[in-house]
Amino acid sequence: MGVTWEDLTEGTKAEPREFGPLTRTDFVRYQGASGDFNPIHHDEEYAKSAGFATVFSVGMLQAGILATYATDWLGAADVRRFGAQFREQVWPGDTLTCTGEVTKRYEDGGERFVDLELVCTRQTGGTAIKGWATFVAQ
Amino acid sequence: MVNKNAVGQTGEPFDLVVERGKIREFARATKSQNPEYLDDPTPVSPPTFLVSSVFWAPPGAARWGDLQLDMRRVLDGGREFVFHGPPPAAGTKLTSQSRVEDIYEKEGKRGGTMTFVVTVQEFRDEAGNLVAEMRSTAIETGKPPTEG
Repeated sequence: MGVTWEDLTEGTKAEPREFGPLTRTDFVRYQGASGDFNPIHHDEEYAKSAGFATVFSVGMLQAGILATYATDWLGAADVRRFGAQFREQVWPGDTLTCTGEVTKRYEDGGERFVDLELVCTRQTGGTAIKGWATFVAQ
Repeated sequence: MVNKNAVGQTGEPFDLVVERGKIREFARATKSQNPEYLDDPTPVSPPTFLVSSVFWAPPGAARWGDLQLDMRRVLDGGREFVFHGPPPAAGTKLTSQSRVEDIYEKEGKRGGTMTFVVTVQEFRDEAGNLVAEMRSTAIETGKPPTEG
């Protein structure tokens, strides 16, 4: 994607990027694509019966959006690890902001790698996803 | 209550094919406009794409029944995907198998005792090489959490 090993020194940050506001349709579309049909993400009555105010997003949707942000930056074929930990839930109407930073740069077995710290934040400032990734750097 | 005897159990292996149309659908659903997914005739799959392997899984692929999780109280704690090369591209045939790796408890701040269930799903190519791993953490809360 045009970003090279020389550019990716430790502390290098990607341009932050906004996604959303997310809609119930976004949740349903992701559920259809992923095959996770847990009704808590689209069935209002079910979500309420489980003690929630309304339906909420699939954790893997915002994780997938954070992965999109990372692969748009460093290339789809070069990812070797992507992890996501779910923090705050994401609700209909939320706008998400993704940020990323190179935390480590190293060579291993003749290949060059960078480790990233990734964060997906809600408009409230709360963290929705704490992510991490490793990419091969060309 | 989670059945802790489920640790070490493996699911039934199953085959799947990584498909271009499915990659496109998944990329769109995760708000990607990346031509590497959308325009390349043999695109690699997005980092979290292998969650959709559930569409290929037979009923015995994951031991959720044996775990006895109460799905109304289950939260998705997180995932990690590891690739031993570029992510599998459209047209790749894979064989997948899951196993329950670990079950442990933690005291939650608001939800009572939380039970963490870690499962690993391996993906191998036709030569038997390990191509990708997906590690998932499911959390059964003591009671349904409310909006923070």
